Order: sequence, then C-alpha cells, then structure tokens
Amino acid sequence: MASTTNGVNRFYLLIGALVVAGGGALWFLMRGGPTVSIPANVVVTAADTSGFRGYVMGSDSAPVEVTEYADYQCPWCQEFETVQMPDIKARMIDKGMIRWRYKDFPIDNAHRYARLAMHAAACGDEQGKFWDLHKLIYDGQPRWSEGGADNLFREYAKTSGLDVSKYDQCMQSRKYAGRIQASANEGARIGVKGTPTFLIAGRLYESVGGDQIYKIVDSLVKAKKP
Amino acid sequence: MTATLLSLAGLFVALYLYLYKIGRIGTLACGSGACETVQASRYSRFLGIEVALIGVFGYATLLLVSLVALQPQWVHDRRPALLLAALSGGAVLFTVYLKALELFVIHAICRWCVVSAILIVAFHFVTLLDLRRLRHVSA
Repeated sequence: MASTTNGVNRFYLLIGALVVAGGGALWFLMRGGPTVSIPANVVVTAADTSGFRGYVMGSDSAPVEVTEYADYQCPWCQEFETVQMPDIKARMIDKGMIRWRYKDFPIDNAHRYARLAMHAAACGDEQGKFWDLHKLIYDGQPRWSEGGADNLFREYAKTSGLDVSKYDQCMQSRKYAGRIQASANEGARIGVKGTPTFLIAGRLYESVGGDQIYKIVDSLVKAKKP
Repeated sequence: MTATLLSLAGLFVALYLYLYKIGRIGTLACGSGACETVQASRYSRFLGIEVALIGVFGYATLLLVSLVALQPQWVHDRRPALLLAALSGGAVLFTVYLKALELFVIHAICRWCVVSAILIVAFHFVTLLDLRRLRHVSA
C-alpha cells in the first residue's frame, strides 16, 4: 500500500515537473512579445480580394495604366522605387498621363521578409497610409533585410503616424495573407517571373527604367489621340 | 497514468498552436511553413471557434477526467474510463476530419497537428485498453 502511495506521489511530482517545464517552454517562446510571420500559399478566398485590385496612385481618368509587380525585399525593386519612381511620379503620374497600380509578387525562396513587409504595408493601407509605409519600407530595405524586420516595420508604422495598437492587431491577425497570395497567384498566372515587372497595355516588361516606361506610355497616349 | 501524460502533452501542443494563432508566438517551429498555411486557412476555425482553442479545452477536459480516474475511489470504476473513451473517440473523429482537410483541401500538413493526431489516437487506444482491463477486474 505504501509503495502504491509512493508511486502515485512520484507520478504527481512528474506531472508537476512536466507542467513547469511545458509552461516554461511556452513562456520562453512568448517572451519576445507578439512577433509575426506571414504564411505563403494560403488558400485564397473571395473575401481576400473583394473590392481590392492593388494599391493605386494617380488619376482615374489617366489614359494609360501601369501595373507594377514587386517585392519589397528585391534590390532592383528598391532601386526602382528610390531612383526611378520620383521621376515617374513627377513626369507621368502627377501630370495625369498614367495611373500606377502596385501589386505584391513575393519571391519566397529568396526573400524571407517579403510577405511580412507586404502585410505591414497592407496594414498601413487600412489606416490610409499605404504609400507612406511603402516608401519607408523600401528606404529601409538594406537594414531590415538583415533581421529585426517586424520591429523596424512597427517603427515605420509609428513614423507614418499610424495607430500602432491597431497596426499590431492587424499584423497579428495576418488578415492580408490571402490578399498577398492572390496577388502572387495573379502575377504568376499572367507570366510574371521576376521583379519588378510592369504590365502596360496588356504587355509585360522587365528590366525597364523610367525613361523606357515614359517612351512606351507616350507612344500609347499618342496612339489613343484622334 | 499514460493517458494523463498523453493529454498533458496534447494540451501543450494545442496551447502552442493557439498562442501562435492569437499572435503571442511569432513563428511556429515547423520547418516547412505548412503549419502557418494551415493555421492561416479558414479551416483553422470550426463553427466560429479556433480549432486550436477547441484542442486546448478538449485536452484540458481529458486531463481533468484522467486525473479523476486515478483517484482511489474511481480507480476500479469503469465510468471514468468509459467517459474518456467516448470523449477521445469523438476527438479522434474530429481529428480525421481535420486531417482530411489538410490532405485534400488545404494541401498542407502541419507537423504539430500530426503530433496532436498521434497523441489523441494513442490516448484513445490507452483508454480502450483500460476499459478492457476494468472489464476483467469486474469479471
């Protein structure tokens, strides 16, 4: 009888030790606070893309639309955004020649933080600050590509004037994972293979700069004039 | 005793997945990323409730009942073992449904969900063995 009682006591001690060990392991995993990773290849539902066709800059009445498929962690996209884009904006978007549509195309095998960056920008969009966050993310690419991306994006959200608690909730919900996937699927379907790729009047263009885009757009505008 | 240990292990797995789901844990130690795909899918909720949370309550219930079944006044009683077999039987059926979703709808296998599936099947098996033992005792 005594040995049975000892055995039961030992069992409860074992259970207690396991509870402490398991609880400690969970606490260890949680100690860094709420960090997020955005999953790839999620199942896209109709609600993910409802009413959303990319992030748009420029006039609705612009004669030509340029759709850019890009990845925040792609160095060429960063170069395009920081070097070419200010000129394109001044020469074409602000003058009503083109409407710019930005779409996500993550290169998952090379860019581990791409979807996180895309999701952060989408959460910025929720508060009307997509383009502010978009610029900060591209500007900071060399830094966050090395690590600590989630904390840096949060900093950018703060700098952009976002309500950070709403931003945190948005990131933790991973609610735009399906939208990002839908954009990636769409790009793959139309033949996008790398980034940045531009869709202009039904044709895909890779490795083009602002001047070439201007020439293409100019010829399309001239062709549309009676 | 084995059932208690299995339900405790299952409780930790379910808690881990639920803490990830509510954003308290940043990444899942999964290797392939399939766990995140499964967790982000719309099938990670059942009747509006997080599946991981159902797991937490389910395993907690099994743990509680299995601890009760170990008490001296219940140790030779078939009723707690019957309850455990019924509860874990239901959990096994629910697990089969979830595995089918992973295989044929989501097309991603979450390793932690596989661990949970193994634990619940083992738990059910152990309770069935216990029921058989108790039948012999009462006979």
